[in-house]
Formats: sequence, C-alpha cells, structure tokens
Amino acid sequence: MVSIEEYGDFETSWCPGCGNFPILKSLKQALAEQGIAPRDVIVSSGIGQAAKLPHYLRCNMFNGLHGRALPVAQGIKMANPEAAVLCVSGDGCTYGEGGNHFLAAIRRNLDLTLLVHDNQIYGLTKGQASPTSARGHVTKAQPEGNRSDAFNPLSVAVAMKAGFVARAFSGEPEHLAEVIKKAMNHKGFSLVDILQPCVSFNKVNTYGWYSQRVYFPEDHDPSDWGAAMALSEEFGDRIPLGIIYRADKPVFGLGGRLAEQEYDRNDLKAVLQSYT
Amino acid sequence: MSRKDINIVIGGAAGQGLVTIGQLLAKAVVRAGHHLLVTQRYMSRVRGGHNTYAIRMGGDYLSGGTESIDILAALNSEAFARHVDDVRDGGLIVAGTDLETGERDALRIPFEELAPKPLFHNTVMLGVLGRTIGLDRGIFEDLLGQTFGRKGGEVVEANVDVLRKAYEWASGRDHGFPGRIGPGSGSGRMMINGNEGIALGAMAAGCNFVSYYPMTPSSSVAMALIAKGAPLGLQYEQAEDELAAMNMAIGASYAGARTLVTTSGGGFALMGEAVSLAGVSETPIVCVVVQRPGPATGMATRTEQADLDLVLHAGHGEFPRAVFTPATPEDCFYLTHRAFDLAETFQTPIFVLSEQYLADSYRDVEPFDLDGLPKTSRPLLEWDGEEYKRYAATDDGVSPRLVPGFSEALVRADSHEHDENSRITEDKTVRVTQNSKRLRKESGLFEEVIGPDYYGEENADALLVCWGPTLGACLEAVERYEGDESLAVLHFKQVYPLREEQFMEFLEGAGRVVAVEGNATAQFARLIASETGFVIPDRILRFDGRAMTWEYVLKGLTDIL
Ligand SMILES: Cc1ncc(C[n+]2csc(CCOP(=O)(O)OP(=O)(O)O)c2C)c(N)n1
Ligand code: SF4
Repeated sequence: MVSIEEYGDFETSWCPGCGNFPILKSLKQALAEQGIAPRDVIVSSGIGQAAKLPHYLRCNMFNGLHGRALPVAQGIKMANPEAAVLCVSGDGCTYGEGGNHFLAAIRRNLDLTLLVHDNQIYGLTKGQASPTSARGHVTKAQPEGNRSDAFNPLSVAVAMKAGFVARAFSGEPEHLAEVIKKAMNHKGFSLVDILQPCVSFNKVNTYGWYSQRVYFPEDHDPSDWGAAMALSEEFGDRIPLGIIYRADKPVFGLGGRLAEQEYDRNDLKAVLQSYT
Repeated sequence: MSRKDINIVIGGAAGQGLVTIGQLLAKAVVRAGHHLLVTQRYMSRVRGGHNTYAIRMGGDYLSGGTESIDILAALNSEAFARHVDDVRDGGLIVAGTDLETGERDALRIPFEELAPKPLFHNTVMLGVLGRTIGLDRGIFEDLLGQTFGRKGGEVVEANVDVLRKAYEWASGRDHGFPGRIGPGSGSGRMMINGNEGIALGAMAAGCNFVSYYPMTPSSSVAMALIAKGAPLGLQYEQAEDELAAMNMAIGASYAGARTLVTTSGGGFALMGEAVSLAGVSETPIVCVVVQRPGPATGMATRTEQADLDLVLHAGHGEFPRAVFTPATPEDCFYLTHRAFDLAETFQTPIFVLSEQYLADSYRDVEPFDLDGLPKTSRPLLEWDGEEYKRYAATDDGVSPRLVPGFSEALVRADSHEHDENSRITEDKTVRVTQNSKRLRKESGLFEEVIGPDYYGEENADALLVCWGPTLGACLEAVERYEGDESLAVLHFKQVYPLREEQFMEFLEGAGRVVAVEGNATAQFARLIASETGFVIPDRILRFDGRAMTWEYVLKGLTDIL
C-alpha cells in the first residue's frame, strides 16, 4: 500500500483557487491507488505555472526547459524502462513551444503519460493567448481578440491515432484521478488534456464556463476512430470528458536500465577487429 | 627530406563508385602494411557533381593530405580536366579508352574488353591501380570476398575473375611509373576515420545512448555507433530536431545512460539552450560538434574551423565546460573517451570539436588497447548516506550524482536556480552559493587540462600555433621548409580551459609566432589573447572550405618570413 501522504504536501506558488490544485491532488491519488512508490516515479516538466507541479510532489523529477518536457521524458524512459514516467506541463509549453515534440512523441509511442494543464492562456507570463485560446479571445496582448484559430490537441492526437487520448476537468477530480490511472495503465503514449481554470488571467474559460459545458458521453466507443474523431471536434456549448480514443499500437522497443548496463570487453574487441 | 609516398586521387561524379574503389584500395593498402591517409572531397548531392577520394600512402607516418598527385584515376572527363595540372612530372594518369585526355600520356583501360558488364568497371579500375602500385592480388581477393560475400559466391567469383584479368592487363603497362610503395611497416592495423574514432572512443567509455538529428558531416558518428553499438545494447534515436536530440540526451543521462549527442554547427546552434540546461542541472553530456563552413547552411560537405567561438560560448549563463579538438582518429578515440570521464566526474557538458576533413579522413591506426584505458567515472546507484541532496554544495563543487529509481533517495534536477534540495529559489544567498559551487568545478577541470604538444627545437625562429587536424599540414610544412629559419609547431588538442603555464614559455621563446587556422578571423589566436594577453601577430588562415595542406602553410610562411 502506498498512501497519498508519501507524495508529500508542499507550499505552492499557485494563486488561491487555481485549477492546478485539484490536478495535483488527483495525480497523488492516482499514484497512491496504483500502489506506485515515489521512488519509482519520474516526472518531467517544462516551464509555466503547471510545470512547477513536480516541485510540489515527492518523487523523482526533472524540471527542464519551456517546451522540452517531452524530449526529456522520452530520454528518461529510454534509459529507464522500469520507471513510471509522467510528463506534466501547460498548454503553451506542450502545444506551442513544444508542438513538434508533441507530434513526434505521439508517433514514437513510448510508454509514458502526458498530462497537459490546459487553461487556454499563458499563466506564468501573465495572460497572453495560448495555442488553445479561442479565436477572438481578448487579452492584454491580443486587445482586438486572438487572431488565430485554436489548436485542438484532441483531434490532432486522434487524427494521428495516438493510442490513448482523453480529456478531464479540474472540477471533476475523481474522474480525473480515474482517467490518469487508465492513462498510466495504457501501454504506449497517453495524453490527458485537462481543462484547468486559470482564475487570474482567463476570465472567459472559468470554472463556471467549463462546468456548464462538460458532459460524459454515454455510449461512446473509444475504439471507433470515426466516432472519436467526431467527438474530439466537439468543443463549445458541449465539451465531452473521458476517453475519446483508445487503441493498442506497437510500443517503442526498449532494452534494460542503461545505468546498470556495461558492454562486454570482448564484444568491444570484436568491434575493433571489424575495422581491420 | 625525401618521402617515399604515393598520392592517388580518384576523381568522378557521385554515384560512379569512386568511394567503393577508394575504400577497397585503401583497405588493401592498410592490409599490405602501409601507412595511409584518405582525404575525401564531395559535394552536397547524391548523384553527379565532382568528388574526389585521395589516398596518400607510404612507409612513413603521413601527417596530412597533399595537393600534388602521383596517380590520377579519372572516372570522367571533368575529373581529368580538373586535376591534370596537379599530376606531378613522372606521375601517371589512368582513364578509360573513351575519355578525352588530349596530349597527355595516359594509361587507357579498355573497360569493355576486360569486364563482361559495366557493373564490373570498378573492379577493373581496382585491379589496374593495385597492380600499378604493386599490391598483392590476394589481398584484393580476400576483400572482394568479404565485400560481396553476402551476395553469393558467384558474384565474388565473377569479381575475382575480372580482377585477375585487370592485373594481367596492367602488368608491364605502368608507363614508366616507378612508384611501387616500399616495404610495409606492419599489418593488423585498423582503418578508421575521425568520426569512427569518436564512435569507438564513446563505446570504449561505455556510451549506451545516442540521440541526434542528421547533419553532414556529423551523422556518421551516430551511424557508426548504431551499427556497432546497437547489437551490444546501445539505445539510439533520431530525434525530431536538435532541440529534442539534446533534451532527450539530457533526460537519458539524468536517468543513468552514458550519453552522446552529435551534430554540426547549424544543429548545435539550436542546442544552445539545452547546453545551458545541462550546465545548471549538472547533467553529464558529451557533445560532438563536427564543423563545416558557415554561416547558416554554408557549404555542407566542406571543412572549416570556424565554430570554436560558438562552442566556447554556447548556452546562456555561466557554467563549466571543456573543449577537445582532435587532430587524428586516434585523438578522436582517446579524447572522446576522456570527454565521457570528465562529463561524468564534473557533471557538465564536455565538447569534442572536430571538422569534416577529419571526420572523413581515414588512417591506419594500431588497434586500441581497451584493457589499458583508464576507467571512466560512473554515477551512484545506491545511497545509504544521510538525506540525499542532489546539489549539495561541496568544496570542489561536485555533488554526489545519484541515478533516480534505484534507491529510496529521490533525485530531483532543475533548470531554475535551486537550493541544495533542488527547490526553486530566488534567494540571493542561495543563488550565489549554487552558482559558485558550479563554477568551482572549473578548478577540477583545470587540473585535468591536456597541455599542447610542442614539435621542433626550442626557441625556434618561428612557431606555428594550431589546433585540431591542422596539425598535419603544419608538421609537414615545417619538415619541407627549405629556408634558413628554424621552425616549430605548438598544437592544442584541448583548447578550453587553457593553462598558461603549459605553453606561455613556448610563445614567449619563439622568434615569431604564427597562428594557423581554418577560419577567417583566427578565433583561437583571439582566445589565447583574451585568456593570456599574448597577441599572436602573424596568421595563416584558410577558409575556402578546403582542408589546410602543407603547400598552403608553406606558401603562407614564405609570405610572412
Ligand atoms: C524559451 C522560453 N521562452 C519563453 C519563456 C517564458 N515563459 C514562461 S512560462 C510561458 C508560458 C506558459 O504557458 P503555459 O505552458 O500555458 O503554462 P501556464 O503558466 O499557463 O501553466 C512562457 C512563454 C521561457 N521561460 N522560456
Ligand atoms: S496564474 Fe493562473 S494558472 Fe497560474 S497559478 Fe494563477 S490561476 Fe493558476
């Protein structure tokens, strides 16, 4: 048994009421309920308010650069296939600065879980539009409204046939914990896009705004790619939560833990011999 | 001094098989026990263009490439036209009967007569060249067997048959070419190029992870690692870009892999941010930068030494680093091995700065003595001390590095400024403590610096200062210099950090000091000036994309002295 307390309790630098708090709590719950000890978890994160999460969790962590949490996470997994590897960051970090890495990670399909705190805004840099901000969303930096279409991470992930694609909401922490567990149990790359209200800078997509719209689709079959594609498009008056798409795919092959691996001297000598 | 060496240049278009001929001939030369140095010049295209594969061979150790040609094997008219003027008096031109060679006397091979199909023309050329320089036919037969063995016995036999015919045809037709190479100096040596030397040095240091994004001329480091290391358990990945490659490598290294990234200037420019991450997170990384001419895309397949400044300054903020600049494939091997040890010991990025010329130039080398190599340092897997602090502020600045997931102790790494327990901080005292701790590692790196090598008599009239593979051209220029002045060479295989006491007396004792570099602004001379205050007044600089040669250095010297 692993208790939630083992994952620690830290003072944070998040604003009171921020949607990051329930995510942290659900994550701890998901880890404890799976019986994973802190020593076996490695969390990689980027930069942003969301990306500070591993600082508030007792486990191994690599808090790296803006946009680069996924490459680091994949390097970690390649070096230690036995660790439970999580990658946690914001929507700006993951879909903006790290957009190319997001696409590549889906294609590469290593066995790790990506949690995106999607608040549709840049929190840490004080309220500019993010890749998931709606067209027309007014901010201090976009006074005439955001001039670009919103990036839809779910439909991109489903279109690319990522093995596990889900959406959750900070306001539904129990559901969120369940989804994180399922994502971690999925063999291969899994994405959980988490609607996370930013109470300081996003005055549009608030707790109330999300609460009025989110719903749990009843008879959605996540193995039906066409249905998943259609569902992933839904983001407006109604926002579906849960597993949108799920499929088993070949997982990136790995060896053992590289830290304890040594070459055999004789094998190396044979390599040298091959150059004579 | 007279040299008993032969320079064969095979010239033709990409896709004509000149590399195949070159590789087999070179290998045969090494197997016959001769020293060799291969210089490749190629263009950034897969077919066509004009490429050369130059093999310089002889009984003496060869310091570098040369421009004067003893045998020109022209696979097309362009190769003939471009190089005919470099063929020395008494040299030989070998070409097909269909090729226009004008007035020049040439050994004209009737390919159609000697080979059943055009497919075998390369074997004919190989036979003619082998016979002309007096190599034993059996060596080629073995090589053909090893090269084509997988395609089946018939293919091998057909090639061996063509080879025999070519040998018979060529005997007695050497056009008075006297250049049989002398007796060999020993067999059993390996034939490797600089990039292979780096890959082997990495493997010998236990490297088990490489991530990279392809970029000429660095890719072959990764290719050699994958070809030879993957069967032994090395993990590798072609990342989506250089940013990913470097960050992935950092992740793997944090998790306990012994990690190498390889790239060229343009790619390295993209890695700058992550180099800084390795610095602050104190993650060991060996980064191989194989230079080609810039700025930006520059000349993709040519050579230059103009990324020294980039590598010295890559990354924002201040953190320790070391930069190695190998001159030969042996250097590539030993310095890369050492780079792994230093990276792990001091938990910081260490660089191997090579260049296209060295990357692609093959040499014969004694098989490396794996058993004689020093052990490279390793991170900890167990922690049974008191509370583990990833960034404990120690006297030498080095904190114990533990691999996550192997013990109860948690390992937390951070890109922000942090305290000893990896917690983000903006506290000014902690900042100063941590920044100073990281920079204290510089003293340890300083102790480890490999000093420059001095070649020549003391207090020479003129001292050539060089780094990287420019060494060979300098040494041979000195050897061939016919003026009255005495000359010496000072060569740096580690350019950073610099330890004044290892070389200042040489600089101050020489009559004149001349910087010889493959760039337009004498970057290393500027580094010496900024580190020591010693200004090197004279320069021989080459930045036309071609490797430094002794001819180029001699000409420069004549202008200066
Ligand atoms: C390379 C780089 N560019 C820009 C920044 C500044 N920056 C810090 S956080 C951030 C945006 C964060 O937005 P998001 O990922 O959505 O996270 P949030 O703060 O909303 O949780 C930016 C642009 C940086 N730290 N590094
Ligand atoms: S700025 Fe927004 S996202 Fe960041 S902590 Fe405050 S409320 Fe949360």
